[in-house]
Formats: sequence, C-alpha cells, structure tokens
Amino acid sequence: MTADLAPLWLTLKLAAVVTALLLVIGTPLAWWLARTRSRLAPAVEAVTAMPLVLPPTVLGFYLLLAFNPTAPLGAFWVSLTGQTLTFSFAGLVLASLLYSLPFTVQPLQSAFTTLGRAPMEAAASLGAGPLDAFATVAAPLAVRGYLTAAVLTFAHTLGEFGVVLMVGGNIPGQTRVISIAIYEEVETLDYASAHLLSGILLALSFLILLALYVLNGRDRRRE
Amino acid sequence: MTDLNLNIRSQHPGFTLEIDRMIPLSGVTAIFGPSGAGKSTLLRIIAGFERGAGRVAVGDEVWEDGRRFVPPHRRRVASVFQQPRLFPHLDVRGNLAYAARRARPPGAVEAMIERFGLAPLAARRPATLSGGEAQRVALARALLTAPRLILMDEPLSALDQVRRQEILPFIEELRDDAQVPILYVTHSTAEVARLSGQMLTLAAGRVTGLGPTAEILATTGIAAGEGTEPGSLLTATVDGMTGDGLCELAFPGGTILTPEPLGRPGATVRLFIRAREVMIARDRPEGISALNILPAAVESLAPAGPASTDVVLRCGAARLRARITRRSAEALGLAPGVVCHAIVKSVALAQE
Repeated sequence: MTADLAPLWLTLKLAAVVTALLLVIGTPLAWWLARTRSRLAPAVEAVTAMPLVLPPTVLGFYLLLAFNPTAPLGAFWVSLTGQTLTFSFAGLVLASLLYSLPFTVQPLQSAFTTLGRAPMEAAASLGAGPLDAFATVAAPLAVRGYLTAAVLTFAHTLGEFGVVLMVGGNIPGQTRVISIAIYEEVETLDYASAHLLSGILLALSFLILLALYVLNGRDRRRE
Repeated sequence: MTDLNLNIRSQHPGFTLEIDRMIPLSGVTAIFGPSGAGKSTLLRIIAGFERGAGRVAVGDEVWEDGRRFVPPHRRRVASVFQQPRLFPHLDVRGNLAYAARRARPPGAVEAMIERFGLAPLAARRPATLSGGEAQRVALARALLTAPRLILMDEPLSALDQVRRQEILPFIEELRDDAQVPILYVTHSTAEVARLSGQMLTLAAGRVTGLGPTAEILATTGIAAGEGTEPGSLLTATVDGMTGDGLCELAFPGGTILTPEPLGRPGATVRLFIRAREVMIARDRPEGISALNILPAAVESLAPAGPASTDVVLRCGAARLRARITRRSAEALGLAPGVVCHAIVKSVALAQE
C-alpha cells in the first residue's frame, strides 16, 4: 500500500514547491501589473493569462522543445546541474511555474488594485520606504489575495496532467504525479488503486476549497 | 523659519498648475480656492507623491529638481488627508507605533495617546472608530513622525459640524505647541479665519494671492467660486457685557455688539464677517433693527460675478468687505472716497 501512495507525496511536494516559488515570483509581477501605466502591460497580462486558455499539451509541447538538452535552456540547465530538464522533477517544477502562473498573479493583482494608492502613500508619509511599506502595509492588507492565490495555485498544480505527460513522462519518484498514476492504473485496469488515489484527490481538493471559502466568509463577516 | 520654494508646472485634465513662489513656512498657511484650482495637486507635489513637476525646495534642501528627487518617505513631511487613512490591520496604538518607530528620534507613543486623549481607543481597530475619533488618531500619528512640515488636505470636510468643533482645538494646539508649519487646504473661510496666519489663494492652477490671512480676506479678490465665502477677518477685544446681555467688542474700526458671549472681558478674539452680511447706507439709517452701524468710507470696488460688486470699506484702521448688487452700488453712487455707513448684520466665530 505504501508504494501506491508515492505519487501522492510527489504531487504534494511539487504543488508546495511551485506554490512557494510562485508567490515569490508572482508578487512583483502582480504589483507591477496593478500599478503600471506602461503600454506593455496588456501584452504582459495576455502572456501571463495564456495558460488559462492554452491546451496543456500545447504548452507541454513547447516546453519539451525548450527543455531538450540541445535547446539553449535545456543545454544551460545541463551545464549548470549535470542533469536534463526533461523527465526530471526540476523540469516539472519549471513547467508548473508557467502552467499555474495565472492562478497566482490574477488574485494578487486584483488584491493590489483594490488596495489603491492610499495605504502606500499613508505609509510613505509616515517614513516607510517602498519595501518597508509593502511588507508592513500592502502585504498584510492583501492577505486574502495571497490566501486565494496560494490555494488556487496549489490546487491547480495538484491536478496537472497534460503538461506533465509531455515534459515529465512517468518516472516513479521523479515525475510520476498522482494524475499520471491514476491514468496508468486505469489503463492497466487496476481500478482499486485508481479509486484510492482519485478518492484522496477528490477529498483533498474539496477540503482545500472549503478551507478557503470558510476563511473568506469569516473575513467578510468581520468587516 | 524656513521657506518653501516652488517653481513647478504640472499639467492635469482641466487645469495646469503653475507656481513660481517662495512661501515662508510658519504656523498655518491656508491654501484656499475653488474646486479644481490645484490645491490638492500642490500638496501631492510637495509630499512627493507626484514627480516631474519642477523644482521643490525647503530652506536649502532640494526635494526635487531636474536631476534630484527625494522620495516621500525621506522628506519628513506628514500628510493628513480628508479620509484618515489609518491602517485597518493595526489597532490605534499600532497605528501610532508605526509612525513612532520610523521617526528619528523615535516618537513617544504613550505621551501622544495621553495628549490626544486616545487612551480609551488605544486597543480599538480603526473600523470601529467614529470619523472624528479616526481623524484625531490620524493627527496624533502625523505628529509622531516628528515632521518638519505637515500637509492637511481638507481634514475636516468629511466630518459634521459637531465633530469639527472637536478636532479644531487639536489642530490649534498642534499649530501653537508643536511649532511645525502646516499647509492647510480648505474650502471653509471659517477654518481659514480661525486657524491660519497666512493664506495662499489659488484659481485655475495659479496663485492669486499670498500674504497675511486678515489682509487677503479683507482686501484681495478672493475668487467667488463655489465653496468660497469672501469676508473680513478682524481682531477685537471683548469690552464686557451690556445690561441686556449683549457682548461688546472693540476693534480698530469701532464697537460691535453680538448676542453671543464670545469671550471673557479683556480677551482677544478673531471675528469673521461675511461680505454678504454687510450692508451699505449713504446716510446713517434710522429705524432699523441692526445694532452695528459703523461709519466708513469706500476704499475700492471690484466686480464679483455678473450682478454683484465687492466693496472694500475703511472703518477706522480696519477694513470691511461688503458684497452688494451692482445695481445698489450704482444707485448709491459708490466710488472710492465716498463716505457711508456699514451695517453689520452678523458676526461669526474665530476665537483663539
């Protein structure tokens, strides 16, 4: 039985790593998108939102080409780490960063936009520099945006299938995430194992979303 | 005392703010003018929230010119806005501590809580405060940054009359005790008269007047736009009470009686008389209910709108401003030097 749960742990690890990285990467991007008057902004926004509409296999196909050890990115990675990006955990993380990007950026961007400029100006007038003001005022006030972003990113990465299939394959302990495992179990008519993993994923997704809505609802009532 | 040096030009929808002036900073400088005159924009430029307008310097410290730009948090300029802008995730003490921690030297939070009477509110969140309470916290918070200049953008306009009367004494105290110069944007001549020693008037992005408040209110043409109320500011001494309960006030132009006791005998008070509350008669009127009839002479006349005329009157050593219709001015044959009588219908507040 323990061996059967390996894909679950791998998936949780992938989702946790991707969520943590995306919150860090997504913050400055979302902040910029919420504040900028640059004419580039719509283009950047469109690129960020692409994974929402693009079939995961299309994204996976291009990533597979980019990750190839003969392509610049893939070659760079090999020279850096001695390992290939394709069919590796690092490759999955990189692919998931792109795939789940909009689920981080959009809630953060809307939280920062709602904030307006008033709190940051108030903080500046009290002597707080931009980073200080962000950490002590903007981030705490955007906490609900962060919560939404984290939950959506985590949950979305959990269910990733198409991109993984294209760039990760199915290597146990490396790239065999839960959705791939279920697919394979169904292919081999091992319905019992498929039931177990599917049930866990179903329950997990429900619990995560339930937690989000309970927290949001409590905040709303408090205000 | 330092000077604020402005040489700015900033384009906005509807107006272009263009100011090249040196403004001495001491006490409260009221910035007055109709909506869209550029008052708030001026404050935003001074605070550093808008850049690229030109040159802004205080004393010999340049905050902004073509090459340099001192960011807002390094200017030691505190802003008090129309909305208190307290941090909702911190309680009142947390809001004050936020400012105190970043001041050099760090501010004394507890002393400020004491001074502004905030002890009962200290543990409360901003969302639970009334508008007046929140603005009091905002004032205390601004003061805790040990600012060299405080900007106030209509800090009382979101409050009702009762709350305003609660906050005004704190602003007066700030002006008198803290020795921090204040630039105070307002629409209210009552606030101008009560708080400010100096006044800057703006219209359509340009300076139309700068000088002592009493002088500007009495003599220069305050644009009669929306929300402005021309009038005269007078300093008077309370002489005492009459037997029938009237308060007798002596000012350089004579004596004024008011039904309200405006102060103890001997106290110096500042009076504001709205231009609309002053009538003019060539001969001393008889059989009239008005108590205050002052001998005067016309000093100047200026058109004020399509059908009105503003008349500046000399009453002894004081000036009084009257707003009458152009038809009346012509019927009375008013011209500089003409001797007449000013009938003051009512006198308003502005005590110190």
